[in-house]
Amino acid sequence: MSDIWRAVILVGIGAIVFKAAGPVAIGGRQLPGRIQGLVGTLAPALLAALIATQVFAGNRELLVDERALGLAAAAVLIVLRAPILVVVIAAAAATGLARAV
Amino acid sequence: MTNPLPQPGTVIGGVRKSLPLCVAVAAFGVSFGLLAESSGFGKLAPIVMSLTTFTGASQFATISILGAGGGLGAAVVAALLLAMRYLPIGISVAPELRGNVFTRFAQSQLLLDESWAVANRGDGTIDRPTLVGAGLALYLSWQLGTVIGVFGGDLIGDPQSLGLDAAFPALFLALLVPQLHNRRTRAAALIGAAIALSLIPFARPGLPVIAATIGCLAGWRNRDVDHSVESIP
Repeated sequence: MSDIWRAVILVGIGAIVFKAAGPVAIGGRQLPGRIQGLVGTLAPALLAALIATQVFAGNRELLVDERALGLAAAAVLIVLRAPILVVVIAAAAATGLARAV
Repeated sequence: MTNPLPQPGTVIGGVRKSLPLCVAVAAFGVSFGLLAESSGFGKLAPIVMSLTTFTGASQFATISILGAGGGLGAAVVAALLLAMRYLPIGISVAPELRGNVFTRFAQSQLLLDESWAVANRGDGTIDRPTLVGAGLALYLSWQLGTVIGVFGGDLIGDPQSLGLDAAFPALFLALLVPQLHNRRTRAAALIGAAIALSLIPFARPGLPVIAATIGCLAGWRNRDVDHSVESIP
């Protein structure tokens, strides 16, 4: 078996298990009390981290590039209460335009 | 945020909410398929990988590390680190994913950053029909893109030069801002961003996001303390 197929199997099993572990083990039941309180703060922590890495991560370095411009455009439109569709398209357009010039 | 009792979502609503992202996800699916095929991994392996793994960052990491001669171990470790955030995400949505074990398993496989984010009710819990609708639409977009890519097709051009990579953090920001309605969620977001940013230069990709989940500890409630505070007139 070639390396690519070994990787497809190992990464595939890993991704499936990571996604399924919680729902299969505890699906439909309430989480223990203390952990329940953490669910409401997991989303903001993870969303903020995803934004940080997807906008400012380079190859093991922090980068401020065209992606930051897209995020800034998104931030302005969010403050102006634009619909999410407009926010997403404007961010892509700002980043794409900045890369084109 | 303005509606204290949000109406339960629908599968169709989830599809609709995810449509702009489907375009971006399909475009990245095309570039994954193209990259995998042109790196000499054939057509079947990338298609099977998209069907089973269904998380773009891990798949790109696998292909680019193997393609650069980085070795199987390095590729798998990098890909698994990138996928590991789905463990806490899965646990946090588990109470909403009802049904028998097979239904729960199937629903869990529709978890993607984007489907989880659009299904979020704003308090950390998710709306299950929205997750299923968004997850299915994104899943089909990713498969369609991959197939087009491995056969050398082109959907809308290079997703990077179109700026489509900026669509995802913009979505996450739009979904994050309404959640910053109290001190705990603001602290969690700040801690999460600070941990991720400070680890980016030092840690392998994937680890900054996993470490940032520590930010959720801002939601830790000590019941005894809360009680004593409430009893003060």
